Order: sequence, then C-alpha cells, then structure tokens
Amino acid sequence: MSRHLKETIIKGIFTAFAFASVLILALIVVFLFREGIPLFREVSAMDFIFGKEWYPTYDPPSYGIWPLIIGSVIVTIFSCLLAVPLGVLSAVYISEIAPASVKDVVKSIIELLAGLPSVVLGFFGMVVVAPFLQETFDLPTGLNIVNASVILAIMAIPTISSISEDALYAVPREFKEASYALGATKYETIAKVIVPAALSGISTAVILGMARAIGETMVGLMVAGGAAAIPESIFDSVRPMPASIAAEMGEAPFGSGHYHALFATGIVLFCMTLIFNIIADYISQKFKETGSATL
Amino acid sequence: MKWRYFRQHMFFAVVRLSALLIAMALGGIIVYIVVNGISVISWDFITLPPTDSMTKGGIMPAILGTLYLTIGAIAVALPLGVVSAIYLTEYAKQGKFIRLIRTGINCLAGVPSVVFGLFGLGFFVVYLHFGSCILSGALTLAALILPTIIGASEEALKAVPQMFREASLALGVSKWQTIYKIILPTALPGILTGSILGIGRAAGETAPIMFTAAAFFTAKLPGSIFDEVMALPYHIYVLATAGTHIEQTRPIQYGTALVLVGLVLGVDIIAIVIRGYMRKKKRW
Repeated sequence: MSRHLKETIIKGIFTAFAFASVLILALIVVFLFREGIPLFREVSAMDFIFGKEWYPTYDPPSYGIWPLIIGSVIVTIFSCLLAVPLGVLSAVYISEIAPASVKDVVKSIIELLAGLPSVVLGFFGMVVVAPFLQETFDLPTGLNIVNASVILAIMAIPTISSISEDALYAVPREFKEASYALGATKYETIAKVIVPAALSGISTAVILGMARAIGETMVGLMVAGGAAAIPESIFDSVRPMPASIAAEMGEAPFGSGHYHALFATGIVLFCMTLIFNIIADYISQKFKETGSATL
Repeated sequence: MKWRYFRQHMFFAVVRLSALLIAMALGGIIVYIVVNGISVISWDFITLPPTDSMTKGGIMPAILGTLYLTIGAIAVALPLGVVSAIYLTEYAKQGKFIRLIRTGINCLAGVPSVVFGLFGLGFFVVYLHFGSCILSGALTLAALILPTIIGASEEALKAVPQMFREASLALGVSKWQTIYKIILPTALPGILTGSILGIGRAAGETAPIMFTAAAFFTAKLPGSIFDEVMALPYHIYVLATAGTHIEQTRPIQYGTALVLVGLVLGVDIIAIVIRGYMRKKKRW
C-alpha cells in the first residue's frame, strides 16, 4: 500500500471518530423526541408546558410541568446568587492576588470540589443542611429551595471559577502594565481594566454555571423536597425537572402517558440547557480575544 | 489617597474570604463524611454483600458494580476521545466542519446527566434491547465523559511543542508516524492524568445509571455484561431516600459515602499530583 494512500485512510478514520460526539448528540435528540413526542397526542404542547398541575398518576392524569419549570428556574437563580460572586471572586483571587504557592492549592481545591459526586453533596444536604435549616427557622421541613440552592451553588462554583479564571488569565499583560503606569492601584486595575476586559469570558462562565445548576439531578432529587407545586416562599419545597424525571421514571410503566411525559420533560430540559450552551458558545466565539489590538 | 488603599484592602479581604469559604465548604464536607463514616469501614464492610434487607453487612457488590461501570465507560470513551482530540489538533483545518464538531462537543458537555440517562434508556435499553445492564450503563457513562476526555487530550496534545512535529516531518517521517511515534508518547502522560478526572466523574454519577444499569439489590454478583449491578452512588441514594430503614441504615450510608468519596477524590488527587510533578519535570 502506498504511503500516501495509507495516510489518507488514517485521516478518514480519525475524521469519522471525531464525528462521534456530533453523532451522540444527534442520537440524544432523536431518542428524546422518539419517546417524548407521543405525549402530544394526549395533551397539547401549550397545556404541557404551561399546565399548572402535575398529577401523572391520577385518573385522568394531568401533565402540566409549569410547577417543575418554576422549581428548576428558582433554585437555579438562587444558587447563582451565591455561586456567581464566590466563583468570580475566587477566580480573581487565583489569577491576580494569590501568591504562586497558594494559587496551586486553591486551584486543586476547586478541582476537587468539582469532583465531589453529586449524590454525596445531596446526602450532605439531607443530613446536615436540612436539620440545621429546620431548627434555625422552625420549619416543617428542611428540604426546600434554600437548601437546594446552597448545595447547587457548591456544584456550580467550580465551573464558574475555572472558566472565569481562564478568561482573566487571557487578558493581555499590556493592559495591566498600562493601568499601573497611569498610577492606578491594583484594585482599580482589577475592577476597571482586567474584569471588564474578561467580561465575555466571565459571562460564559456564569451561563455554563447556570446550565450546570439547572441540569443537576441528584441535589434537586434529594434536598429540594419534591413538592410539585408553585412555591410561595423560599422555604417551600419544589420539584425541579431533572428530579421529577429521575424520581418517577422507575415507576412509570413503559410506553404509558407518564413515561412519554417524562421524556417530554427531558426535551424541555435539554432545550433549556442547549440554549444556555449556544449562548455561551456564541459569546466566547464573538468576543474571542485574538490579541490586544482587538479590544 | 488613603481611601484608595483602604478600598483596595477591603476588596482583597472580600476576595480572600470567598476563596477561604470555598476551601471550607470542601473541607467541611470531607471532614464530616470521614468523621461519620470511618467507624463503619472495616474489612467486612468492603468485602461482604448486604444482609438483613440492607440493614447489615457490607457493600462489596456496589463497589464491584461501580468498578465495572467505570472501567467499561473508560474503555469506550478513552480511545474515542483521544482519536477525536488528535483529529482536532493535528488534522483539522479551520472551517465549517470543524466548527460543527466543536459545537457538538460543547453541547454534549452541557447535556444534563439525567438526559443522558433518558438517552441510555431510550437507545441502549429499549431500542437496542440490551435491557438494564452493565453494558447499557457503561455506554451511557462513556457518552457522558467523552467531552471531558476530548478536552483533556486536546490540551495535552497542544502542549507538545511545534518543533517536535517540524523536526519529525523534516526527517521525511509521514504524518501518521509522527503522531504515533512522537506526538502521542509525548502527550500520553497529560492525556492520562486528564482522563483520570473523567474516571472520577463516571464513578460518581447517579442519574445516568438509574434507568440503565443500577439495581437496588442483586442476589448474585454480575456474571456477564448483560446483568444488572449495584453501584455506590445509587446505593447511597436509595438507602437515604427510600425504604423503611432510613434511620437504621444511616451508618451504612455514611460508610458508602466515605468509600465513594475516597475512591473518586483519591483518583483525582493522584491525577493532580502526577500532573504537578510532570509540569515541574518538563524540559521544553
């Protein structure tokens, strides 16, 4: 076999393998829709998304996932209130303030935090945070929005921190030097030069952190309380979409309306995270720094 | 003038505090799990199956199940991921096709774990008739960790200096031989440490295996890849949330959590240490 032919064949094989990720993504879409679409013979898409009652096992069942969507959105927003400041500030600490030796330690800590299995965090929320909340605020249950948000924040921090840190690191050195040369303090340089220059990367980090929080299953399942109703206070229980899917899939008979409804919930969840990811992808491409001249 | 420096001190204090808070969160969780779990850990706990409707005995089948699933996932995802990364760094040219592949990888990385579970159920378990088994679970986990492995491999490949490639090509070596003999061996340690972080992810995930592989209890150890298995994360979840013995099995829950955390973080720490060592040793 000629050398040239061999090279061409190898390149072809590599190309095909590289395509695997796209193929898997396509298969995910195909199979979510294949199992989810049959639901819409029973209920309309509007009633499904905006319906306020989720009673999939009643007779007749009602498949409205609005309370689940609200549950997901609320815990995501609250967790971000905690995770965004902590994540971004820790990134500032790592890239601008920490001495070299401490820097590696903090980076490793954040990496390990990312490695903690979600079921262990959920378990921690159940046995530590829940009793604490219940006693401190005299609540009927400690499994609620606050608990889920705190635990989800712990999960989202590593994502936000590491991507923000990359963005801060990529800010050209000249920017800092120019700022110092003008007599700015380190704080002024960070707040008015470095962070604004890295803002697109930090936005990407925040969006991906939110995507992480909205898609997280075990925490929502174990500590959010599981009430499929629209919450009235931050100490109410909710049932985020992923938790609902995970909790009910085992009981839903194969091919039943309930089974299809859970796949349809998966479609909604998938679309929401996909939108987050596409926005993040778009921001990072559009504002890609190709050198100090582009800003 | 003074105000400017005062403000700087305040800001630095807040920044340090947030880093400290994160470290304390990690430390607090680990210490809590260790303190409560350590008394449960014994030789019997890790080598015996559960007995008396899960309230006594060990967690050996769950440890074994997690090992099977993780090894299966990595065996599929590692070659696929490394080859993808080689294509992206060595062969691909800027253009629409590579943009499509990159977007695909980024989107795959963002898919929620429970959606991977649904995909595994719809595709492997139902459509391909594998049923709920090790094979379905391992393939689902492989899809989940693929983006992690591609990312880690790409980073390692990019760190190979351009002159290595140029020197090899200048000697008349073909592109494939350059990749196989020069680039891969140089990047391999980086690829492996990066991929170890993927192993940790696969071992700790619960949602993707809930509908595709995991069983609450199996009377026998799995005999083939078409058997259901117990798994550590699922074991913790079920004992902590379902059944009638939640309080009674609390010690077992702590013990299982400790074993899982020890396994996952132990592997992660090894990877981080090796990586740090390699960075120091690097000669180019």
